[in-house]
Amino acid sequence: VTDDSRDRRPEQGPPDAEQALQTGPDELRTEEAEEAPQPVVEGIPAVRSTLFERGRGIYAFVGPIGTTVIAFFMGGLVVLATGHNPLRVYRAIFDGTGLNWFFHVGSYSIRIPFSTHKVFFWWDTSSIAAQNLQQTLLLATPIILTGLAVAFAFRCGLFNIGGQGQYFVGAYVAIWIGTTMAHLQPFVHVLFALVAATLAGAAYAGLAGFLKATVGAHEVITTIMLNWIAIWVGSYLFGQQGPLQNSAQKAIPISNDVVEGAKLPVFWGLKLLQGLSIGIFIALAMLVVYWIIINRTTLGFEVRAVGFNPEAARASGISVARNYTLAMAIAGGFAALGGACDILGWEYRLGPGDIQASEIGFIGLAAALLGRNSPLGVGLGSLLFAGLINGTSDRQLDPTIFPPELAGNLTTIIQGLVVLFVGLNLGGLAMLLRRRRRRRPS
Amino acid sequence: VTAVATRLNGVRWTSPRAVGVVGIVLGILAFWLALPPLHTRTTVVPVVVGILGIAAGIWAWSRAERRVGGGAVVAGVLGIVLGISAAQSSVGKLNQVVVWSALLAATLRYATPLVYAAIGGLYCERSGVVNVALEGMLLTGAYFGIWADDFSHNWVVACLVAMAAGAVMATIHAVWSIHLKVDQIITGTAINFMALGITGYLFIQHYGDNGTPGNIDQYGIPDIHLGFIASIPFLGGIFGQLNLMIWLSFLLLILTYVFVFRTPYGLRLRSVGEHPRAADTVGISVYKTRYIAVISSGAIAALGGAYLSIGFVHSFNQDMTSGTGFIGLAALIFGKWRPFPTWGATLLFGFSSALADRLPTAYGNQWGTLFQALPYLLTLIAVAGVIGRSIGPAASGRPYDKQ
Repeated sequence: VTDDSRDRRPEQGPPDAEQALQTGPDELRTEEAEEAPQPVVEGIPAVRSTLFERGRGIYAFVGPIGTTVIAFFMGGLVVLATGHNPLRVYRAIFDGTGLNWFFHVGSYSIRIPFSTHKVFFWWDTSSIAAQNLQQTLLLATPIILTGLAVAFAFRCGLFNIGGQGQYFVGAYVAIWIGTTMAHLQPFVHVLFALVAATLAGAAYAGLAGFLKATVGAHEVITTIMLNWIAIWVGSYLFGQQGPLQNSAQKAIPISNDVVEGAKLPVFWGLKLLQGLSIGIFIALAMLVVYWIIINRTTLGFEVRAVGFNPEAARASGISVARNYTLAMAIAGGFAALGGACDILGWEYRLGPGDIQASEIGFIGLAAALLGRNSPLGVGLGSLLFAGLINGTSDRQLDPTIFPPELAGNLTTIIQGLVVLFVGLNLGGLAMLLRRRRRRRPS
Repeated sequence: VTAVATRLNGVRWTSPRAVGVVGIVLGILAFWLALPPLHTRTTVVPVVVGILGIAAGIWAWSRAERRVGGGAVVAGVLGIVLGISAAQSSVGKLNQVVVWSALLAATLRYATPLVYAAIGGLYCERSGVVNVALEGMLLTGAYFGIWADDFSHNWVVACLVAMAAGAVMATIHAVWSIHLKVDQIITGTAINFMALGITGYLFIQHYGDNGTPGNIDQYGIPDIHLGFIASIPFLGGIFGQLNLMIWLSFLLLILTYVFVFRTPYGLRLRSVGEHPRAADTVGISVYKTRYIAVISSGAIAALGGAYLSIGFVHSFNQDMTSGTGFIGLAALIFGKWRPFPTWGATLLFGFSSALADRLPTAYGNQWGTLFQALPYLLTLIAVAGVIGRSIGPAASGRPYDKQ
């Protein structure tokens, strides 16, 4: 099927659209392209999906790294201004992330899965740092998936800031299926919960895409509204006397626990201490799936074409409406899978307090933008933010060095600075500057 | 009044558009009939009236008035559903919730932050800069307003500080979107995050676990007590005791209308938003106009935030605006970037907030939690095109390159 569609592709898209995608928008950013009428939907234009395709080669890394450095530097200034030592604070945060685990190389052993054999390994898998790293990776799982939700929609020219709500929908469905249907086989139960959660999230986000495609309701507003609707519906579901509140203690607003059979297997660390579940592998696999869909399928081609220029895509026979809806649905599926992985992987229960406090979806947005919507970038960006959140959590951060409540807000500030400076596109800027310098002598 | 009268004379009552509007009114009527003071106890009345509304909507739809017709169908369905549920619940509970004067006064209170946000957004978007950062600007105003009020015990100073803080946030947005030509939606989102982080950080640093002081209401923005209105039965309940900022929001609406549509400065503002190159050609500085518009938009939105913290709830919490800025932006779109239709939209959203606020008193906290989603749901329905597409300023969201 893929071979066929690849052969037919040049016929579907006119040669210029094909060329545009291959050569990149860099060469095509002429005055005409600037002046071409962009479809204005409800007065808010579509995001430019080509925004991040400007830096190439080594410059692809200049932007994200420069952005990170600036954001952390300015965050450090805030810390300094309020009377704390930023270097000590960042050091304490870093120690809490568990990333220092990699520095302690020694001679240890590791058990081969599904057997009792032990083999040589360079790192100690049961140290404190290893436990911290498990937490960081556990947090990275939903951030990667909500990040992909942003990245996929972005490639279609949609700015999905509803990752949070889609994540919640996935979490609610996972709770609902995970706490009931205990008669199912464990494997079937987990799989069913994951798939159902993904589909629910896809439907929820697909609604925003459908509204954008049919009546032109801008996705920034609809997805934000869907976020709040998800939050309040969840607070109702798991709140006191809510339909999904636990059956044992009616005074406590929290859901039932997910049954044993519906939990994702924990492969590193102890289940009781929130060990690392196989959710991280699901997230990593989804990074690959994302890459394949975007780069190796007709759907991905159409999505990119619509993101690059909806008018040209429409003129070449691509249904813009269909791609808007599908892109949002797939994005919502990613985010909802993140919610399900969290519930089935380590949270096991959910209450209104957790729902009101969660901001994973917005962290995923920053991670995706920082990673320039590429799979590798989303993965690394997610690791950075997961480390930051874990390092600033009240479990990891020493309150005498820096109060964790402040640190949580510091994370939000850094997140904002990242998004602010990532838009500046430092990589593209550096490349432009160098080109200009090269041109000047001639 | 004469203008309205002449306009009404020009309307043909059998035109599809008029029938559609009548359908929308019938849909609302279906719900209203079941509420106090009429209290229709049978479900037949709302169903019949609602179906009439839907029929009118379909008729208008079939005659190419899709927006109004669709709106009438939605209004009819909602009217039937809400009317039936109201007719089914007890009169006592309905009387407890639906006290019209209190409900309308609460509507004004909830609508006011939306008005400031939306009017701020109006200036910004009319100049051709998209502002999804209204949420962050409101939040900034809310924090710095209460901080300055606690500091100075003077609400005028507090409002000025809040406006200055909002203007600083808006300046970032202006520099990024006008000079650096960064995508305005991404910049706006970044400012929302930064506002959330900065206000949260300062709030924890300054007030810690104790929260903002309880005596803020003594120094907050005062209520205006109008003795001569307060004695009138129905109007007194609504207008007798309103916050100063609510009256100022009415003034702001009128001033905005006059400024944007009746002065040369307003014409320049609009021309920059519609066709910047043409404006530039006739000698209007596009950059200067946009800078002024964006920065004043931040100041106005922040004033709404200050009303929220020191005029309305008299305290501050992290992320206390909870989407208000976005609802304001939706109201602006719903109102097609015009002051008075936008005001109507804010009243609609404010009414749903007021209703969500009062429903728990009769129906318990469990349902109350669910009703909190009502304003967001209504906003979603509204932007989903009950009124249909609205076309904004043509150059909105596109950076301008000087030549």
